[in-house]
Amino acid sequence: MQVTNEFKPTIVAFCCNWCSYAGADLSGTNRLSYPANVKIIRVPCSCRVNPMFILRAFQRGADGVILCGCHPGDCHYTTGNYYTRRRMTLLFSMLDYLGIEKERTRVEWVSAAEGAKFAATMNEFVETVTKLGENKRLEDLRCKN
Amino acid sequence: MQRIGVFVCWCGTNIAATVDVEAVAEALSHEPGVVYSTNYQYMCSQAGQDMIRDAIREYQLGGIVICSCSPRMHETTFRKTAERAGLNPYMVEIANIREQCSWIHKDKATGTEKAIILGRAAIAKVHLNAPLIAGESPVTKRALVIGGGIAGIQTALDIADAGFPVDIVEKKPTIGGKMAQIDKTFPTLDCAACILTPKMVDAAQNENIRILSYSEVESVKGFVGNFHVTIRRKARYVKEDVCTGCGLCTEKCPQKKVPNEFNLGLDNRRAIYIPFAQAVPKVATIDPGYCTMLKTGKCGVCAKVCTAGAIDYKQQDTFLEEEYGAIVVATGFNPIKLDRYEEYAYAQSPDVVTSLEFERLMNAAGPTGGTLLRPSDGQHPHTLVFVQCVGSRETRDCGKPYCSKICCMYTAKHAMLCREKYPDTEVYVFYIDVRTPGKNFDEFYRRAVEEYGVHYIKGMVGKVIPEGGKLKVQAADLLSNEQLHIDADMVILAAAIEPDESARSLATMLTASMDTNDFFTEAHPKLRPVESPTAGIFLSGVCQGPKDIPETVAQAGAAASKVIGLLVKDKLTCNPCVAEADELMCNGCSSCEKVCPYGAITYQDKEFRGPNRTTLLRRVAQVNPAVCQGCGACTVACPSGAMDLKGFSTSQIMAEVDAICK
Repeated sequence: MQVTNEFKPTIVAFCCNWCSYAGADLSGTNRLSYPANVKIIRVPCSCRVNPMFILRAFQRGADGVILCGCHPGDCHYTTGNYYTRRRMTLLFSMLDYLGIEKERTRVEWVSAAEGAKFAATMNEFVETVTKLGENKRLEDLRCKN
Repeated sequence: MQRIGVFVCWCGTNIAATVDVEAVAEALSHEPGVVYSTNYQYMCSQAGQDMIRDAIREYQLGGIVICSCSPRMHETTFRKTAERAGLNPYMVEIANIREQCSWIHKDKATGTEKAIILGRAAIAKVHLNAPLIAGESPVTKRALVIGGGIAGIQTALDIADAGFPVDIVEKKPTIGGKMAQIDKTFPTLDCAACILTPKMVDAAQNENIRILSYSEVESVKGFVGNFHVTIRRKARYVKEDVCTGCGLCTEKCPQKKVPNEFNLGLDNRRAIYIPFAQAVPKVATIDPGYCTMLKTGKCGVCAKVCTAGAIDYKQQDTFLEEEYGAIVVATGFNPIKLDRYEEYAYAQSPDVVTSLEFERLMNAAGPTGGTLLRPSDGQHPHTLVFVQCVGSRETRDCGKPYCSKICCMYTAKHAMLCREKYPDTEVYVFYIDVRTPGKNFDEFYRRAVEEYGVHYIKGMVGKVIPEGGKLKVQAADLLSNEQLHIDADMVILAAAIEPDESARSLATMLTASMDTNDFFTEAHPKLRPVESPTAGIFLSGVCQGPKDIPETVAQAGAAASKVIGLLVKDKLTCNPCVAEADELMCNGCSSCEKVCPYGAITYQDKEFRGPNRTTLLRRVAQVNPAVCQGCGACTVACPSGAMDLKGFSTSQIMAEVDAICK
């Protein structure tokens, strides 16, 4: 494999099973491309995402974390994404205070029909995080080999 | 540590073209716990599944990872395979290397690298999987059909024929829907009422069907097999079981100036009305917005003339609480509003009508008794211009991006009927494309052109100007590249169709997903076209996408067969991926109970061993696994970390995060 010095951020995307994961599948079905740095973790609902998971990702060297769920009002579990919205607003402002730029974290609503939106969001998010550069603030150097 | 098997699928060339499957299998074979790793062309095929089964037995695998298409596609398939080999089905994890890898990336090196990481994450997760045993829940053997058009009626009839009770909820005073308003149907030109009204009567007489007309679904709770639905029965101010449908009140009511919605406002009805002569149930309804008695308390003519004593001005909305095992959505469509299409002068001239209005003007039971007359002056029109794709295939935001599918055919029908009834008329049809896929459809369109002499012109109408009793139509003929000016007597617009406005709020109630055009999405566009992704919710008719009558009836039957397949079961397997509280860590704070949308969490006082051989009584959370749907809201709300979600446990997701960020 070719080794380049170009910075490629590690992005963790949490996608809810009912809307966003299906939206991500749809962007694949439609052959819409987005960078390979994005790795998706499937969760039943965006409200399953514990703030701890996001902290862990940053600790382990992720450069950006994005959380995708159903549009407000369309949650498969009726109210899950409202919890997500509140929890993440708090968490992200706290992370910002700690020096993790607001641009590195994001909550996005992607429905099962929005394959194009998913790809566009990921392209844009990766571009933003690439510009910000490596996340060093929260990275636990003891985790590095 | 589990003994893990890894199976990398080529999916023909779908994966193998952009992911080096052999390299992936090789790389993953070095992961901790992996004792077997292989690749094969089609893992989901019989041969592939046999391969997995044999490997599970031969290598005594405790968990397997399949690197293949999306788990939304084949997770169940591979779980069944594992079960056949004696492995717990929940010891299977899927790494999605098709939809989320090979189809996204064009470069093979990138694709391979990502596939390996996704495989690693799945291996890390499967190590922490625990065997789960699915519970069972009972099934209420009744179905609810929302919407009483042809789709709803057909679904209800088919379900009732199999012996299950069905309720039809219809928001209008009668069932019948849009098909009741249609004059003739393509491509056979038989009368819509002649084929629909007997079905309406069948539905009314079927002992398994209960029709709840003038009613709306108020709320839906529960889950597949056990829905709890509240239905609002709107006050019709007429006792439904007493009214004989004689219609005397509808003739005597002094309030005559109410726009008749059944004829799309082309004529008027009274404040007490029966929508049309063949209405089912044939019961009068008082329109509270127009009734003088209800508004001012002075009138009461209908009560005086009613010999049955059915009028009840004091009636209130009532609420029914019902249990159902399955719900079918058949909410249908409406033509779009045309007020944003000023170029066609729809708002300026009464002679510019929509196709559905034209349908009423041609209908023997319509406002003109079936004689085609101009709405403005009641004269016989000689030149008619039909405009297709009004709002369909439209990229501007006032229209719809999709093809409404039925307009080409009904316009050909209208044009043909005009020429047949009135050979002195000139009929022009402006089109972008004529789309006639369907049995005998293209033959039908050709007959309109060849036998009936309808002028089909490729091109769109730019402007319609009402002038001196005529409609000046400016258009372009794209084939001869000419500007056309036609003095028309009537212009008929084939307005796009859109889902009924009630669909959006209903989807929220049912937690069923919708696409960007508010059509309900199906569980799989090809393989599960009549089921919603939400278990127990089925789709029938245009609420899922534009369709004509034969397709709607076919889909209604398909939805019914799926409902019957569900209702014949005595028990359903529940999703075992539910929340579970660790009693030793729980401190009974009630945080989880407050966020649970299903009320699945209760508290119990349990005895625990305390210090110095004492027993302590502590309040701990308990999850009802039959009610829990596994969203995981409680797991995050729990301050002590006592709540966890089986199948998506905190440790599992953490392991995935670690594997990805390595």
